[in-house]
Amino acid sequence: MIRDITIGQYYPAKSMIHRLDPRVKLVCTLLYLVSLFMFRSISGYLIATLFLAAVIRISRVPFSFIVRGLKPIVMLLMITVLFNLFLTRNGEVLFHAWIFTVTEGGLVTAVYMAVRLIYLIIGSSLMTFTTTPNELTDGIEALLHPLNKIHVPVHEVAMMMSIALRFIPILLEETDKIMKAQIARGADFESGNIIQRAKSMIPLLVPLFVSAFRRANDLAMAMEARCYRGGEGRTKMKPLRYKYRDYAAYIVMIAYVVLVVAVGRMLPLHVWIF
Amino acid sequence: MDMVQTEKLVFEYEKRDEEGNVIGSSRAIDQVDIDVKEGQFIAILGHNGSGKSTFAKHINAILVPTEGTMWVNGRNTGDPDELWNVRQSAGMVFQNPDNQIIGTVVEEDVGFGPENLGVPTEEIWRRVEDSLKAVGMIEYRHHSPNKLSGGQKQRVAIAGVVAMEPKCIVLDEPTAMLDPVGRKEVLKTVQKLREQKKVTVILITHYMEEVVDADKIYVMDHGRVVMEGTPREVFSRVDELKSYRLDVPQATLLADELRKRGLKIPEGILKKEELVNALCQ
Repeated sequence: MIRDITIGQYYPAKSMIHRLDPRVKLVCTLLYLVSLFMFRSISGYLIATLFLAAVIRISRVPFSFIVRGLKPIVMLLMITVLFNLFLTRNGEVLFHAWIFTVTEGGLVTAVYMAVRLIYLIIGSSLMTFTTTPNELTDGIEALLHPLNKIHVPVHEVAMMMSIALRFIPILLEETDKIMKAQIARGADFESGNIIQRAKSMIPLLVPLFVSAFRRANDLAMAMEARCYRGGEGRTKMKPLRYKYRDYAAYIVMIAYVVLVVAVGRMLPLHVWIF
Repeated sequence: MDMVQTEKLVFEYEKRDEEGNVIGSSRAIDQVDIDVKEGQFIAILGHNGSGKSTFAKHINAILVPTEGTMWVNGRNTGDPDELWNVRQSAGMVFQNPDNQIIGTVVEEDVGFGPENLGVPTEEIWRRVEDSLKAVGMIEYRHHSPNKLSGGQKQRVAIAGVVAMEPKCIVLDEPTAMLDPVGRKEVLKTVQKLREQKKVTVILITHYMEEVVDADKIYVMDHGRVVMEGTPREVFSRVDELKSYRLDVPQATLLADELRKRGLKIPEGILKKEELVNALCQ
Protein backbone atom coordinates (compact mmCIF):
# COMPACT_ATOMS: atom_id res chain seq x y z
CA MET A 1 0.00 0.00 0.00
CA ILE A 2 2.62 2.47 1.11
CA ARG A 3 4.91 1.53 -1.75
CA ASP A 4 2.39 2.83 -4.25
CA ILE A 5 3.60 6.37 -3.67
CA THR A 6 5.44 7.26 -6.82
CA ILE A 7 5.97 10.99 -6.38
CA GLY A 8 9.60 11.91 -6.74
CA GLN A 9 10.67 8.63 -8.27
CA TYR A 10 12.65 8.21 -11.43
CA TYR A 11 11.19 6.04 -14.15
CA PRO A 12 14.01 4.77 -16.36
CA ALA A 13 13.19 4.87 -20.06
CA LYS A 14 14.81 6.09 -23.22
CA SER A 15 12.78 8.99 -24.51
CA MET A 16 13.23 12.44 -25.92
CA ILE A 17 12.02 13.92 -22.64
CA HIS A 18 14.48 11.85 -20.62
CA ARG A 19 17.35 13.16 -22.71
CA LEU A 20 16.47 16.84 -22.32
CA ASP A 21 18.67 19.08 -20.24
CA PRO A 22 17.36 19.19 -16.65
CA ARG A 23 17.40 22.98 -16.73
CA VAL A 24 14.99 22.88 -19.66
CA LYS A 25 12.72 20.49 -17.81
CA LEU A 26 12.77 22.59 -14.65
CA VAL A 27 12.01 25.85 -16.42
CA CYS A 28 9.37 24.26 -18.63
CA THR A 29 7.67 22.57 -15.69
CA LEU A 30 7.56 25.86 -13.86
CA LEU A 31 6.15 27.58 -16.95
CA TYR A 32 3.56 24.86 -17.35
CA LEU A 33 2.46 25.15 -13.71
CA VAL A 34 2.12 28.92 -14.05
CA SER A 35 0.35 28.57 -17.37
CA LEU A 36 -2.33 26.44 -15.72
CA PHE A 37 -3.52 29.55 -13.91
CA MET A 38 -3.31 31.89 -16.85
CA PHE A 39 -6.49 30.97 -18.69
CA ARG A 40 -10.10 30.52 -17.84
CA SER A 41 -11.90 29.09 -20.81
CA ILE A 42 -12.59 25.54 -21.76
CA SER A 43 -10.41 25.90 -24.86
CA GLY A 44 -7.45 26.68 -22.59
CA TYR A 45 -8.07 23.45 -20.69
CA LEU A 46 -8.25 21.58 -23.95
CA ILE A 47 -4.88 22.88 -25.07
CA ALA A 48 -3.30 22.24 -21.65
CA THR A 49 -4.69 18.69 -21.71
CA LEU A 50 -3.47 18.00 -25.22
CA PHE A 51 -0.04 19.37 -24.39
CA LEU A 52 0.25 17.28 -21.23
CA ALA A 53 -1.00 14.17 -23.05
CA ALA A 54 1.55 14.72 -25.80
CA VAL A 55 4.39 15.12 -23.31
CA ILE A 56 3.32 11.99 -21.42
CA ARG A 57 3.21 10.12 -24.72
CA ILE A 58 6.68 11.25 -25.72
CA SER A 59 8.11 10.54 -22.26
CA ARG A 60 7.10 6.84 -22.49
CA VAL A 61 6.17 6.77 -18.82
CA PRO A 62 3.13 4.49 -18.56
CA PHE A 63 -0.05 6.38 -17.77
CA SER A 64 -1.01 3.93 -15.00
CA PHE A 65 2.32 4.68 -13.30
CA ILE A 66 1.56 8.39 -13.32
CA VAL A 67 -1.97 7.89 -12.01
CA ARG A 68 -0.65 5.88 -9.10
CA GLY A 69 1.28 8.98 -8.06
CA LEU A 70 -2.01 10.82 -7.64
CA LYS A 71 -3.32 8.55 -4.90
CA PRO A 72 -1.72 10.36 -1.96
CA ILE A 73 -3.27 13.67 -2.94
CA VAL A 74 -6.83 12.36 -3.21
CA MET A 75 -7.63 13.73 0.26
CA LEU A 76 -6.32 17.20 -0.60
CA LEU A 77 -8.20 17.07 -3.87
CA MET A 78 -11.47 16.18 -2.11
CA ILE A 79 -11.12 19.05 0.35
CA THR A 80 -10.45 21.55 -2.43
CA VAL A 81 -13.34 20.28 -4.48
CA LEU A 82 -15.78 20.34 -1.56
CA PHE A 83 -14.78 23.83 -0.48
CA ASN A 84 -15.11 25.18 -3.97
CA LEU A 85 -18.34 23.34 -4.52
CA PHE A 86 -20.13 24.64 -1.45
CA LEU A 87 -18.54 27.99 -0.85
CA THR A 88 -18.61 29.49 -4.32
CA ARG A 89 -21.90 31.29 -4.85
CA ASN A 90 -22.22 32.21 -8.46
CA GLY A 91 -24.90 31.78 -11.06
CA GLU A 92 -27.90 29.53 -10.94
CA VAL A 93 -28.57 27.44 -7.86
CA LEU A 94 -28.50 23.79 -8.81
CA PHE A 95 -29.06 22.19 -5.45
CA HIS A 96 -29.94 23.35 -1.99
CA ALA A 97 -30.18 21.42 1.26
CA TRP A 98 -29.78 22.81 4.78
CA ILE A 99 -26.60 24.92 4.73
CA PHE A 100 -25.30 23.38 1.54
CA THR A 101 -25.85 25.23 -1.68
CA VAL A 102 -24.41 24.18 -4.97
CA THR A 103 -24.38 26.77 -7.70
CA GLU A 104 -23.47 26.44 -11.31
CA GLY A 105 -20.41 28.61 -10.77
CA GLY A 106 -19.37 26.50 -7.78
CA LEU A 107 -19.62 23.30 -9.74
CA VAL A 108 -17.55 24.69 -12.58
CA THR A 109 -14.92 26.11 -10.23
CA ALA A 110 -14.71 22.84 -8.33
CA VAL A 111 -14.20 20.79 -11.47
CA TYR A 112 -11.66 23.23 -12.89
CA MET A 113 -9.77 23.45 -9.64
CA ALA A 114 -9.59 19.67 -9.46
CA VAL A 115 -8.34 19.47 -13.03
CA ARG A 116 -5.74 22.14 -12.37
CA LEU A 117 -4.48 20.39 -9.26
CA ILE A 118 -4.27 17.06 -11.03
CA TYR A 119 -2.36 18.62 -13.94
CA LEU A 120 -0.13 20.37 -11.45
CA ILE A 121 0.82 17.09 -9.82
CA ILE A 122 1.13 15.19 -13.09
CA GLY A 123 3.18 17.98 -14.62
CA SER A 124 5.65 18.16 -11.79
CA SER A 125 5.87 14.41 -11.24
CA LEU A 126 6.49 13.96 -14.95
CA MET A 127 9.62 16.00 -14.40
CA THR A 128 10.86 13.77 -11.59
CA PHE A 129 9.89 10.63 -13.53
CA THR A 130 12.06 11.63 -16.44
CA THR A 131 14.95 13.25 -14.59
CA THR A 132 17.29 11.37 -12.31
CA PRO A 133 17.65 13.13 -8.96
CA ASN A 134 21.30 13.73 -9.75
CA GLU A 135 20.37 15.54 -12.96
CA LEU A 136 17.67 17.40 -11.09
CA THR A 137 20.20 18.51 -8.51
CA ASP A 138 22.58 19.61 -11.23
CA GLY A 139 19.78 21.53 -12.90
CA ILE A 140 18.69 23.29 -9.72
CA GLU A 141 22.29 24.00 -8.85
CA ALA A 142 22.96 25.52 -12.25
CA LEU A 143 19.77 27.58 -12.25
CA LEU A 144 20.29 28.89 -8.73
CA HIS A 145 24.00 29.41 -9.18
CA PRO A 146 23.73 33.22 -9.19
CA LEU A 147 22.46 33.01 -5.59
CA ASN A 148 25.91 31.79 -4.57
CA LYS A 149 27.02 35.41 -4.68
CA ILE A 150 24.74 36.27 -1.79
CA HIS A 151 26.08 33.28 0.16
CA VAL A 152 23.20 30.89 -0.37
CA PRO A 153 24.66 27.36 -0.05
CA VAL A 154 23.25 26.26 -3.39
CA HIS A 155 25.34 23.13 -3.80
CA GLU A 156 24.58 21.88 -0.29
CA VAL A 157 20.85 22.43 -0.70
CA ALA A 158 20.87 20.65 -4.04
CA MET A 159 22.82 17.73 -2.57
CA MET A 160 20.38 17.47 0.34
CA MET A 161 17.46 17.32 -2.04
CA SER A 162 18.95 14.61 -4.17
CA ILE A 163 19.76 12.50 -1.12
CA ALA A 164 16.24 12.99 0.23
CA LEU A 165 14.87 11.74 -3.07
CA ARG A 166 17.20 8.74 -3.06
CA PHE A 167 16.03 7.72 0.39
CA ILE A 168 12.28 8.11 -0.12
CA PRO A 169 11.78 4.55 -1.43
CA ILE A 170 14.13 3.11 1.19
CA LEU A 171 12.33 4.81 4.07
CA LEU A 172 8.96 3.84 2.65
CA GLU A 173 10.02 0.24 2.54
CA GLU A 174 11.26 0.56 6.08
CA THR A 175 7.95 2.08 7.21
CA ASP A 176 6.19 -0.88 5.68
CA LYS A 177 8.48 -3.28 7.53
CA ILE A 178 8.11 -1.55 10.90
CA MET A 179 4.36 -1.39 10.43
CA LYS A 180 4.18 -5.13 9.85
CA ALA A 181 6.46 -5.77 12.81
CA GLN A 182 4.27 -3.63 15.08
CA ILE A 183 1.07 -5.20 13.76
CA ALA A 184 2.58 -8.60 14.56
CA ARG A 185 3.04 -7.34 18.11
CA GLY A 186 -0.60 -6.30 18.30
CA ALA A 187 -0.44 -2.66 17.25
CA ASP A 188 -3.58 -1.30 15.69
CA PHE A 189 -3.24 1.34 12.99
CA GLU A 190 -6.70 1.06 11.48
CA SER A 191 -9.39 1.61 14.10
CA GLY A 192 -10.34 4.37 16.52
CA ASN A 193 -10.94 8.05 16.03
CA ILE A 194 -8.43 10.43 14.57
CA ILE A 195 -6.62 11.15 17.87
CA GLN A 196 -6.29 7.46 18.71
CA ARG A 197 -4.99 6.83 15.24
CA ALA A 198 -2.46 9.61 15.53
CA LYS A 199 -1.33 8.15 18.85
CA SER A 200 -1.00 4.71 17.33
CA MET A 201 1.50 6.16 14.88
CA ILE A 202 4.04 6.73 17.67
CA PRO A 203 5.36 3.15 17.70
CA LEU A 204 5.80 3.55 13.96
CA LEU A 205 7.47 6.94 13.93
CA VAL A 206 9.94 6.45 16.75
CA PRO A 207 11.78 3.49 15.23
CA LEU A 208 11.56 5.11 11.81
CA PHE A 209 13.26 8.27 13.07
CA VAL A 210 15.92 6.31 14.92
CA SER A 211 16.72 4.35 11.82
CA ALA A 212 16.68 7.45 9.60
CA PHE A 213 19.26 9.11 11.84
CA ARG A 214 21.39 6.00 11.82
CA ARG A 215 21.22 5.89 8.04
CA ALA A 216 22.11 9.57 7.84
CA ASN A 217 25.14 8.94 10.00
CA ASP A 218 26.27 5.99 7.87
CA LEU A 219 25.72 7.89 4.66
CA ALA A 220 27.66 10.92 5.86
CA MET A 221 30.54 8.63 6.72
CA ALA A 222 30.36 6.86 3.35
CA MET A 223 30.35 10.21 1.55
CA GLU A 224 33.34 11.45 3.49
CA ALA A 225 35.15 8.21 2.84
CA ARG A 226 34.67 8.89 -0.85
CA CYS A 227 36.31 12.28 -0.46
CA TYR A 228 33.16 14.42 -0.50
CA ARG A 229 34.01 17.90 0.72
CA GLY A 230 31.29 20.16 -0.60
CA GLY A 231 30.89 21.70 -4.01
CA GLU A 232 34.33 23.25 -4.29
CA GLY A 233 36.75 21.63 -6.70
CA ARG A 234 34.18 19.10 -7.76
CA THR A 235 33.92 18.07 -11.39
CA LYS A 236 30.84 16.68 -13.06
CA MET A 237 30.34 13.31 -14.63
CA LYS A 238 27.44 14.69 -16.62
CA PRO A 239 28.06 18.41 -17.12
CA LEU A 240 25.13 20.40 -18.41
CA ARG A 241 25.42 21.57 -22.00
CA TYR A 242 22.53 22.87 -24.04
CA LYS A 243 21.96 21.00 -27.28
CA TYR A 244 19.72 21.71 -30.24
CA ARG A 245 16.86 19.69 -28.82
CA ASP A 246 16.97 21.78 -25.66
CA TYR A 247 16.53 25.01 -27.61
CA ALA A 248 13.76 23.31 -29.57
CA ALA A 249 12.06 22.35 -26.32
CA TYR A 250 12.22 25.94 -25.09
CA ILE A 251 10.64 27.14 -28.33
CA VAL A 252 7.86 24.56 -28.13
CA MET A 253 7.21 25.53 -24.53
CA ILE A 254 7.04 29.23 -25.27
CA ALA A 255 4.74 28.58 -28.21
CA TYR A 256 2.48 26.56 -25.93
CA VAL A 257 2.35 29.25 -23.26
CA VAL A 258 1.56 31.96 -25.79
CA LEU A 259 -1.10 29.79 -27.39
CA VAL A 260 -2.76 28.73 -24.17
CA VAL A 261 -2.86 32.25 -22.77
CA ALA A 262 -4.06 33.82 -25.98
CA VAL A 263 -6.66 31.20 -26.79
CA GLY A 264 -7.67 30.63 -23.21
CA ARG A 265 -8.42 34.30 -22.69
CA MET A 266 -9.93 35.20 -25.98
CA LEU A 267 -11.82 32.36 -27.53
CA PRO A 268 -15.59 32.54 -27.13
CA LEU A 269 -15.93 29.13 -25.50
CA HIS A 270 -15.87 31.08 -22.33
CA VAL A 271 -16.70 29.94 -18.83
CA TRP A 272 -15.67 32.49 -16.26
CA ILE A 273 -14.19 31.54 -12.98
CA PHE A 274 -12.64 34.50 -11.32
CA MET B 1 57.19 2.28 3.28
CA ASP B 2 54.38 -0.19 3.70
CA MET B 3 50.86 0.36 2.47
CA VAL B 4 49.33 0.50 5.91
CA GLN B 5 51.41 0.62 9.02
CA THR B 6 50.47 1.31 12.61
CA GLU B 7 52.58 1.87 15.63
CA LYS B 8 51.08 1.35 19.08
CA LEU B 9 47.73 2.55 17.84
CA VAL B 10 45.27 3.48 20.59
CA PHE B 11 41.75 4.77 20.18
CA GLU B 12 39.46 5.75 23.02
CA TYR B 13 35.79 6.56 22.83
CA GLU B 14 34.80 9.30 25.22
CA LYS B 15 31.88 8.57 27.47
CA ARG B 16 29.76 11.60 28.13
CA ASP B 17 26.99 12.31 30.62
CA GLU B 18 23.75 14.00 29.62
CA GLU B 19 25.25 17.49 29.67
CA GLY B 20 28.04 16.38 27.37
CA ASN B 21 30.83 16.39 29.94
CA VAL B 22 33.45 13.73 29.53
CA ILE B 23 33.08 11.22 32.34
CA GLY B 24 35.48 8.59 31.17
CA SER B 25 36.66 6.72 28.17
CA SER B 26 36.67 3.22 26.83
CA ARG B 27 39.48 1.80 24.79
CA ALA B 28 38.31 0.39 21.46
CA ILE B 29 41.82 -0.16 20.14
CA ASP B 30 44.69 -0.92 22.44
CA GLN B 31 48.34 -0.84 21.32
CA VAL B 32 47.84 -2.30 17.89
CA ASP B 33 50.78 -2.84 15.52
CA ILE B 34 49.82 -3.92 12.04
CA ASP B 35 51.85 -3.95 8.83
CA VAL B 36 50.33 -4.37 5.42
CA LYS B 37 52.59 -4.60 2.39
CA GLU B 38 51.53 -3.43 -1.03
CA GLY B 39 49.48 -5.99 -2.97
CA GLN B 40 48.78 -8.16 0.03
CA PHE B 41 45.42 -9.60 1.03
CA ILE B 42 45.04 -9.09 4.75
CA ALA B 43 42.14 -10.25 6.88
CA ILE B 44 41.19 -8.92 10.27
CA LEU B 45 38.97 -11.22 12.26
CA GLY B 46 37.13 -10.56 15.44
CA HIS B 47 33.86 -10.96 17.24
CA ASN B 48 31.46 -8.04 17.83
CA GLY B 49 33.11 -5.34 19.90
CA SER B 50 36.62 -6.53 19.18
CA GLY B 51 37.56 -3.14 17.72
CA LYS B 52 37.98 -4.37 14.16
CA SER B 53 35.54 -1.87 12.64
CA THR B 54 37.03 0.97 14.65
CA PHE B 55 40.38 -0.04 13.25
CA ALA B 56 39.00 -0.04 9.71
CA LYS B 57 37.75 3.52 10.14
CA HIS B 58 41.28 4.58 11.04
CA ILE B 59 42.64 3.44 7.70
CA ASN B 60 40.34 5.91 5.99
CA ALA B 61 41.00 8.64 8.56
CA ILE B 62 37.32 8.73 9.53
CA LEU B 63 38.68 8.25 13.03
CA VAL B 64 42.11 9.47 14.06
CA PRO B 65 44.27 7.78 16.68
CA THR B 66 44.12 8.92 20.30
CA GLU B 67 47.69 7.74 20.75
CA GLY B 68 50.22 6.18 18.43
CA THR B 69 50.46 6.68 14.71
CA MET B 70 49.05 5.22 11.56
CA TRP B 71 50.54 5.62 8.10
CA VAL B 72 48.62 4.90 4.94
CA ASN B 73 50.70 4.87 1.78
CA GLY B 74 53.38 6.76 3.69
CA ARG B 75 51.06 9.48 4.92
CA ASN B 76 50.18 10.11 8.52
CA THR B 77 46.41 9.86 9.00
CA GLY B 78 46.52 12.20 11.99
CA ASP B 79 47.73 15.07 9.80
CA PRO B 80 44.72 17.15 8.65
CA ASP B 81 46.62 18.29 5.54
CA GLU B 82 46.98 14.71 4.38
CA LEU B 83 43.33 13.80 5.01
CA TRP B 84 42.18 13.74 1.37
CA ASN B 85 45.32 12.00 0.17
CA VAL B 86 44.77 9.30 2.76
CA ARG B 87 41.14 8.89 1.76
CA GLN B 88 42.10 8.65 -1.86
CA SER B 89 44.76 6.01 -1.23
CA ALA B 90 42.49 3.85 0.88
CA GLY B 91 38.95 3.32 -0.34
CA MET B 92 36.37 1.95 2.03
CA VAL B 93 33.38 -0.33 1.55
CA PHE B 94 30.93 -0.43 4.44
CA GLN B 95 28.58 -3.03 5.80
CA ASN B 96 25.17 -1.71 4.82
CA PRO B 97 24.84 -1.52 1.03
CA ASP B 98 21.85 0.83 1.18
CA ASN B 99 23.54 3.43 3.32
CA GLN B 100 26.58 3.96 1.16
CA ILE B 101 25.04 4.37 -2.28
CA ILE B 102 24.54 8.06 -2.95
CA GLY B 103 23.46 8.08 -6.58
CA THR B 104 20.03 7.08 -7.83
CA VAL B 105 21.44 5.45 -10.92
CA VAL B 106 24.24 2.91 -10.70
CA GLU B 107 26.66 4.77 -12.97
CA GLU B 108 26.07 8.10 -11.22
CA ASP B 109 26.90 6.53 -7.90
CA VAL B 110 30.13 5.08 -9.24
CA GLY B 111 30.97 8.53 -10.60
CA PHE B 112 30.47 10.20 -7.23
CA GLY B 113 33.98 9.52 -5.93
CA PRO B 114 35.87 10.69 -9.04
CA GLU B 115 33.65 13.78 -9.14
CA ASN B 116 34.73 14.64 -5.63
CA LEU B 117 38.36 14.21 -6.60
CA GLY B 118 37.99 16.72 -9.41
CA VAL B 119 38.70 14.24 -12.18
CA PRO B 120 37.92 15.59 -15.70
CA THR B 121 34.63 14.47 -17.24
CA GLU B 122 35.97 12.12 -19.94
CA GLU B 123 38.23 10.44 -17.42
CA ILE B 124 35.26 9.95 -15.06
CA TRP B 125 33.35 8.14 -17.79
CA ARG B 126 36.33 5.92 -18.55
CA ARG B 127 36.79 5.07 -14.89
CA VAL B 128 33.08 4.39 -14.33
CA GLU B 129 32.95 2.03 -17.28
CA ASP B 130 36.18 0.36 -16.26
CA SER B 131 35.19 -0.23 -12.65
CA LEU B 132 31.68 -1.37 -13.47
CA LYS B 133 33.22 -3.92 -15.83
CA ALA B 134 35.67 -4.99 -13.15
CA VAL B 135 32.84 -5.87 -10.74
CA GLY B 136 30.67 -7.32 -13.51
CA MET B 137 27.85 -4.79 -13.16
CA ILE B 138 28.20 -2.99 -16.48
CA GLU B 139 24.84 -4.17 -17.79
CA TYR B 140 23.14 -2.57 -14.78
CA ARG B 141 24.68 0.87 -15.32
CA HIS B 142 21.35 2.60 -15.98
CA HIS B 143 19.45 0.79 -13.22
CA SER B 144 18.25 2.18 -9.94
CA PRO B 145 20.23 0.74 -7.01
CA ASN B 146 16.97 0.11 -5.14
CA LYS B 147 16.06 -2.65 -7.55
CA LEU B 148 19.31 -4.57 -7.11
CA SER B 149 19.97 -7.47 -4.76
CA GLY B 150 22.20 -7.00 -1.72
CA GLY B 151 25.19 -8.62 -3.38
CA GLN B 152 24.76 -6.48 -6.49
CA LYS B 153 24.47 -3.31 -4.40
CA GLN B 154 27.65 -4.20 -2.60
CA ARG B 155 29.40 -4.77 -5.94
CA VAL B 156 28.26 -1.31 -7.02
CA ALA B 157 29.68 0.09 -3.80
CA ILE B 158 32.97 -1.65 -4.55
CA ALA B 159 32.94 -0.21 -8.08
CA GLY B 160 32.41 3.23 -6.55
CA VAL B 161 35.60 2.78 -4.56
CA VAL B 162 37.55 1.24 -7.45
CA ALA B 163 36.67 4.25 -9.63
CA MET B 164 38.68 6.43 -7.26
CA GLU B 165 41.68 4.25 -8.11
CA PRO B 166 42.87 3.67 -4.56
CA LYS B 167 45.97 1.66 -3.80
CA CYS B 168 44.22 -0.15 -1.01
CA ILE B 169 40.61 -1.19 -0.48
CA VAL B 170 39.25 -1.70 3.01
CA LEU B 171 36.13 -3.82 3.25
CA ASP B 172 34.42 -3.43 6.61
CA GLU B 173 32.22 -6.51 6.99
CA PRO B 174 30.96 -6.22 3.43
CA THR B 175 29.06 -9.49 3.58
CA ALA B 176 27.48 -9.25 7.02
CA MET B 177 24.08 -8.21 5.69
CA LEU B 178 24.03 -10.49 2.65
CA ASP B 179 22.62 -13.93 1.96
CA PRO B 180 25.05 -16.74 1.07
CA VAL B 181 24.70 -16.12 -2.66
CA GLY B 182 25.43 -12.41 -2.28
CA ARG B 183 28.35 -13.22 -0.01
CA LYS B 184 29.95 -15.43 -2.65
CA GLU B 185 29.35 -12.79 -5.32
CA VAL B 186 31.14 -10.12 -3.30
CA LEU B 187 34.08 -12.33 -2.39
CA LYS B 188 34.53 -13.44 -5.98
CA THR B 189 34.54 -9.79 -7.04
CA VAL B 190 37.19 -8.93 -4.47
CA GLN B 191 39.28 -11.89 -5.60
CA LYS B 192 39.02 -10.76 -9.23
CA LEU B 193 39.98 -7.20 -8.35
CA ARG B 194 43.09 -8.39 -6.59
CA GLU B 195 44.17 -10.32 -9.65
CA GLN B 196 43.32 -7.61 -12.18
CA LYS B 197 44.22 -4.39 -10.41
CA LYS B 198 46.81 -5.65 -7.95
CA VAL B 199 45.25 -3.60 -5.18
CA THR B 200 45.95 -4.21 -1.54
CA VAL B 201 42.86 -5.62 0.16
CA ILE B 202 42.07 -5.44 3.86
CA LEU B 203 39.03 -7.54 4.65
CA ILE B 204 37.37 -7.15 8.00
CA THR B 205 34.95 -9.90 8.85
CA HIS B 206 33.86 -12.51 11.31
CA TYR B 207 33.23 -15.19 8.73
CA MET B 208 36.29 -17.43 8.81
CA GLU B 209 35.50 -19.08 5.47
CA GLU B 210 36.14 -15.79 3.71
CA VAL B 211 39.73 -15.47 4.81
CA VAL B 212 41.30 -18.83 3.90
CA ASP B 213 43.00 -17.22 0.88
CA ALA B 214 44.43 -14.31 2.83
CA ASP B 215 48.19 -13.69 2.93
CA LYS B 216 47.98 -12.91 6.59
CA ILE B 217 45.35 -12.91 9.29
CA TYR B 218 45.08 -10.75 12.38
CA VAL B 219 42.64 -11.79 15.09
CA MET B 220 41.43 -9.01 17.35
CA ASP B 221 39.75 -9.24 20.72
CA HIS B 222 38.94 -6.41 23.12
CA GLY B 223 40.92 -3.95 21.02
CA ARG B 224 44.13 -5.99 20.94
CA VAL B 225 45.68 -8.13 18.28
CA VAL B 226 45.68 -11.56 19.90
CA MET B 227 46.75 -13.80 17.03
CA GLU B 228 48.52 -13.24 13.76
CA GLY B 229 49.92 -15.36 10.99
CA THR B 230 48.99 -17.15 7.79
CA PRO B 231 45.57 -18.80 7.66
CA ARG B 232 47.23 -22.20 8.19
CA GLU B 233 49.04 -21.02 11.30
CA VAL B 234 46.02 -19.31 12.79
CA PHE B 235 43.51 -22.03 12.00
CA SER B 236 45.68 -24.71 13.51
CA ARG B 237 44.96 -23.18 16.91
CA VAL B 238 41.28 -24.15 16.97
CA ASP B 239 40.77 -23.99 20.73
CA GLU B 240 42.30 -20.54 20.96
CA LEU B 241 40.07 -19.26 18.17
CA LYS B 242 37.04 -20.68 19.93
CA SER B 243 37.99 -18.81 23.07
CA TYR B 244 37.68 -15.57 21.07
CA ARG B 245 34.18 -16.63 20.06
CA LEU B 246 35.08 -17.17 16.42
CA ASP B 247 33.68 -19.98 14.33
CA VAL B 248 36.34 -22.09 12.71
CA PRO B 249 35.63 -23.27 9.11
CA GLN B 250 33.80 -26.58 9.14
CA ALA B 251 36.58 -28.52 7.42
CA THR B 252 39.13 -27.24 9.91
CA LEU B 253 36.87 -28.04 12.83
CA LEU B 254 36.21 -31.59 11.65
CA ALA B 255 39.90 -32.17 11.00
CA ASP B 256 40.70 -30.92 14.49
CA GLU B 257 38.10 -33.17 16.15
CA LEU B 258 39.32 -36.18 14.16
CA ARG B 259 42.91 -35.51 15.13
CA LYS B 260 41.95 -35.31 18.78
CA ARG B 261 40.39 -38.77 18.43
CA GLY B 262 43.71 -40.09 17.16
CA LEU B 263 43.50 -39.88 13.39
CA LYS B 264 46.67 -38.82 11.64
CA ILE B 265 45.64 -35.60 10.00
CA PRO B 266 48.00 -32.64 9.55
CA GLU B 267 47.26 -29.39 11.35
CA GLY B 268 45.85 -26.31 9.69
CA ILE B 269 43.44 -27.81 7.20
CA LEU B 270 41.48 -24.99 5.55
CA LYS B 271 39.40 -26.39 2.75
CA LYS B 272 37.13 -29.33 2.19
CA GLU B 273 39.37 -30.69 -0.59
CA GLU B 274 42.40 -30.73 1.67
CA LEU B 275 40.49 -32.68 4.29
CA VAL B 276 39.30 -35.18 1.69
CA ASN B 277 42.88 -35.67 0.51
CA ALA B 278 44.17 -36.06 4.04
CA LEU B 279 41.49 -38.64 4.87
CA CYS B 280 41.98 -40.67 1.71
CA GLN B 281 45.70 -41.15 2.15
